[in-house]
Amino acid sequence: MATHTITVTVNGTAHEANVDSRLLLVHLLRDVLRLTGTHIGCDTTHCGACTVLLDGEPVKSCTVLAVQADGSQIMTVEGLERNGTLHPVQEGFWQEHGLQCGYCTPGMMMTSYALLQRVPRPTEQEIRQAISGNLCRCTGYLNIVKAIQYAAAKQAEGGAS
Amino acid sequence: MTAPRTTADIGGMGHSMKRKEDPRFIRGQGRYVDDIVLPGMVYLDIVRSPFAHAKITSIDTEAALKIPGVLAVITGKTLEQYNLHWMPTLMSDTQMVLPTEKVMYQAQEVAAVIATDRYAAADGVEAVQVDYDPLPVVVDPFKALEPGAPVLRTDKKDKKDNHIFHWEVGDREGTDKALKGSDVVVKQDIYIPRIHVASIETCGCVADFDRAMGKLTVYMTTQAPHAIRTVFALVAGHVGLSEERIRIVSPDIGGGFGGKVPVYPGYVIAVAASVVLGKPVKWIEDRMENLQADSFARDYHISVELGAKKDGTMTGLRIKTLADHGYTDAAANPSKFPAGLFSICTGSYDVKHAFAEVDAAYTNKPPGGIAYRCSFRVTEAVHTIERITDMLAQELKMDPAQLRLKNFIPPEKFPYKSALGWEYDSGNYPAALKKAMDIVGYDALRKEQAEKRKKGELMGIGISSFTEIVGAGPSKQFDILGLKMFDSCEIRVHPTGKAIARFGTKSQGQGHETTYAQIVAEELGIPAAHVQVEEGDTDTAPYGLGTYASRSTPVAGAAGAMAARKIRDKAKKLAAHLLEVSENDLEWEPGKFFVKGAPQKAKTIQEIAFAAYTNHPQGMEAGLEAVSYYDPPNLTFPFGSYICVVDIDRGTGEVKIRRFVAVDDCGNIINPMIVDGQIHGGLTMGIAPALYEEISYDENGNVQGGSFMDYLVPTAVETPRWETDKTVTPSPHHPLGAKGVGESATVGAPPAVANAVVDALAHLGVRHIDIPITPEKVWNILSEKGAAEP
Amino acid sequence: MIPAPFDYHAPATLDEAIALLERHGDAAKVLSGGQSLLPLMKLRLGFATHLVDIGRIPKLEYIEERDGFLRIGGSTRESALERSELISSKYPILHDTAVVIADPLVRNRATVGGNLAHGDPANDHPATMLALGAQVVARGRKGERVIAIEDFFQGLFTTALLPEEILTEIRIPIPPAGSGGAYLKLERKVGDFATAGAAVQLTLKKGVIEQIGIGVTNAGPTPVKAKEAERRLRGMKPDDAAIAEAAKLAAAATSPSADRRGSEAYKRAMARVLVARAVRAALSRAGGN
Repeated sequence: MATHTITVTVNGTAHEANVDSRLLLVHLLRDVLRLTGTHIGCDTTHCGACTVLLDGEPVKSCTVLAVQADGSQIMTVEGLERNGTLHPVQEGFWQEHGLQCGYCTPGMMMTSYALLQRVPRPTEQEIRQAISGNLCRCTGYLNIVKAIQYAAAKQAEGGAS
Repeated sequence: MTAPRTTADIGGMGHSMKRKEDPRFIRGQGRYVDDIVLPGMVYLDIVRSPFAHAKITSIDTEAALKIPGVLAVITGKTLEQYNLHWMPTLMSDTQMVLPTEKVMYQAQEVAAVIATDRYAAADGVEAVQVDYDPLPVVVDPFKALEPGAPVLRTDKKDKKDNHIFHWEVGDREGTDKALKGSDVVVKQDIYIPRIHVASIETCGCVADFDRAMGKLTVYMTTQAPHAIRTVFALVAGHVGLSEERIRIVSPDIGGGFGGKVPVYPGYVIAVAASVVLGKPVKWIEDRMENLQADSFARDYHISVELGAKKDGTMTGLRIKTLADHGYTDAAANPSKFPAGLFSICTGSYDVKHAFAEVDAAYTNKPPGGIAYRCSFRVTEAVHTIERITDMLAQELKMDPAQLRLKNFIPPEKFPYKSALGWEYDSGNYPAALKKAMDIVGYDALRKEQAEKRKKGELMGIGISSFTEIVGAGPSKQFDILGLKMFDSCEIRVHPTGKAIARFGTKSQGQGHETTYAQIVAEELGIPAAHVQVEEGDTDTAPYGLGTYASRSTPVAGAAGAMAARKIRDKAKKLAAHLLEVSENDLEWEPGKFFVKGAPQKAKTIQEIAFAAYTNHPQGMEAGLEAVSYYDPPNLTFPFGSYICVVDIDRGTGEVKIRRFVAVDDCGNIINPMIVDGQIHGGLTMGIAPALYEEISYDENGNVQGGSFMDYLVPTAVETPRWETDKTVTPSPHHPLGAKGVGESATVGAPPAVANAVVDALAHLGVRHIDIPITPEKVWNILSEKGAAEP
Repeated sequence: MIPAPFDYHAPATLDEAIALLERHGDAAKVLSGGQSLLPLMKLRLGFATHLVDIGRIPKLEYIEERDGFLRIGGSTRESALERSELISSKYPILHDTAVVIADPLVRNRATVGGNLAHGDPANDHPATMLALGAQVVARGRKGERVIAIEDFFQGLFTTALLPEEILTEIRIPIPPAGSGGAYLKLERKVGDFATAGAAVQLTLKKGVIEQIGIGVTNAGPTPVKAKEAERRLRGMKPDDAAIAEAAKLAAAATSPSADRRGSEAYKRAMARVLVARAVRAALSRAGGN
């Protein structure tokens, strides 16, 4: 079966790779590019632990082929912090205890980041719906909602976006 | 709650300090097992049985071995050469690593493929051809115990049936008598189905046998690294693995909840493969493998009777349970408690006579029993007593809150010896329930319910007033495979006044790097920010039994306090030496010793630490460290009252949780924010089995609910906004007065939900519904009662 | 978790894509959003050895009204549908449908064309398109043809599309004034397929239901168009009795399979309940026009 040479820009850095057609985007990120912040939690496209931004939209990277991302911009959790400054979403999760084991957290934060780009002051209901594709077993979601509300307020104040 | 004794800078008990472990997690720099890559590492993937019970007639590996990248295929026959094809379980039963004769549950491991990358390994698994001869399947535990049922454990020479154990506790005759003499007895059969903990990270390991060093290192998703190391040494000693040359490392773990305590075949196969190949071997299971083969929880068929006087005073409790354990007893209970701590089933009530018995049966299902945040079967016990208590209230036409208040063990009776032998350390049940009733607005809700009933609208209020039992446990009664259930802490203070503290437990998200540091801060006044906490590496951490059953704070937390106090004792001597006074002249406040009556004459803990290395008195050893192995004198008994309010859609049967109020008491609190987080998470894992989650089997042993398509883990939309509050009743025997809280909410929540739904339908004559309470179940009841939306 | 090996093609034009599909025949499948196909392939339940990705073909993502029809490009993402002002304001039934498809992350990849072309009666758009009387535009070897939605779903995972055809556009007749529609989905949790789903689109004229379309989701091997129910209400001034009867007829037209979402009896009952509720919701929206 043929392989393909693709170029993906991840967190601003272009990477060229020669990949099998069937290589999943999440494996490209984790195994080839060694960005292990994005996690795998299931095999039926339910859990969202693998969420990254693909051309600005949060997607489940386990259900995208690496070849489909050729030429695209990808943002992973490793791209949230800029020049040593945490993104308000990261701050919010830390401040509000929005994580416990940390495994769903990268995906959850990428979804949160994307939400706040589109809806700067979401209601609680909008938040819960936006993260309904990200499963968490530890937090019971309440502090995640608070984390996102914290980030929204911080961004409204004029924090980084 | 009293104010913290230390300042926020020091961050001792009571401070909601931000977690010290978060900086790596929020950056995606956590180090989970699948993040670990070692030079030369190969990948292991597992061939699994589609049949629940079948002879293996042949395994053809030829096609698999031809696939580029596939290095080897391991079968039971391979492991048999090393006598590793079977291994002991944590309950002293035996379990197959890989079968040589037959498989006994669907998704059982049958063979393992080793390949250079995970894609080739997956292809290899598809290419292995196994021929099976199906055998009769036993999935009903009742049928399993009938005479003439096929005997499943043909590997056990003299086994003639499928009965595993009989366990009983209490006074059978006294209870029979008490029930006979009761004015009313309510009786109910309750089935609590199988569920699966489904942590977002599945199980896995990297087994790395270094031939040159003769040393095995296993990075592994385990909640109990030391116990695993000892088990490996005992089980594989004959192939040359000696305990001092085995290192188990639990890196960051993405959720455990009990599911990462057992030793799964995948780990053992990976270790064997690494030893044979001399290369690191990585095994990471898929979600479906995790749900279908790894340790389940619950699966108890319960028959309960509760007797009472007509004024509502409970007189006797009798329970008979059939436990479906799957094909082997691999539940990780303390060895003297094959049914865990089920005997907490008299709950929060002063029931004078009680008797409980549990029989366990083998079936063609995966093994397990307690892997879902249950405190060793306390979820089952509490569900039983809280459901039957509501049924008693219904029978007597008494308000369920009033019935509970009438029967609660009153505060003045603590420490309280229960009819089934537990000494509850402390509790104030009426205070918790009253607080919950206040917060939820109980009386107004009952009025609203009455109004709604007139209009045919369905609304319910469910109470659960639970008593938990955690902190296993005193060495007199508790051991796992003989290993006593103490736990440990070793603290070393450095010359510049910072410290490192290592524990025998292992957090999987509970925040130990922060809470344990806070304990040290509380006891020594060293800022929590300066206390580095480590767990999980058996080469460096003191021996402990791990984290599960909410035991970390009660046992290892206590060890932390005791080790810190030993250090404080030595620090006092050093301070006396530095201040040139006698020890009797000194007083302590967090962070310093000062001379009585002359507080300006003081030495900080930092100054003392420096002196321990630069200016210790003659005759005293240098250094400032201590270790404590803590043997708890008793368990601890967190408790609480939860109130759940539901509205039911008469057209679809959907249950909507309108409100959920949780009042918890876990004694003195180390970090309130972390405690709340534990409760939120536990509540979510409480409504999940109540309304959504179930693993079941058809008559051929085919699993239903074996993927996230059908195993319904709640999202943020299904999960209500939790309302939480506290009462504080310290534990009298714990050095910090703390009790532990990790599982309280999973224990207390399901019956609150079930009670609410039954309450909503009680006026239609409904008395009980088994969980999960699906919309279909509710709608069937409504239809039957003529109350469904037309 | 890991698909079997396959070849991947990313043609730049529809003609190239069609040629690839022709060349590889049964071994080829169209890859659109991939949110139905890739999960199947990861479980090794889909057996294509050639994936033809139409995601790089331009001009297949649009939502616009033109010449009497709402036209949705086959590659339009569900999230675009969800966020479209036009859809929210004029086609709330489509908005209702979009927001209950899987979850928000899946919707950022899943396409409307894919949701129909997959031929899965458990998908949500089919019932809605049946209610709307939509048309599907297919491009193949012989050029373009228009398929009425009623003729589109032929069996489980089988549509009227020929193996080398690609669904390029969905056309919905622009509803006249006095129209309203709603889609209601009963699901066990967010992200699940429907236990039952009901789509109703109708037009009221002087209080009489002039036109009505009713579709039911996940209620048989194909999405169900409840023709008897439609007949019962067409030309009527709707009252409780008529709505109840129509809902019963709709339920009777379904043949759901028992599974963990429910027994046949429960699913039929839910079709009935949801159709009645969707009719009422559609009426309410129509009245508001």
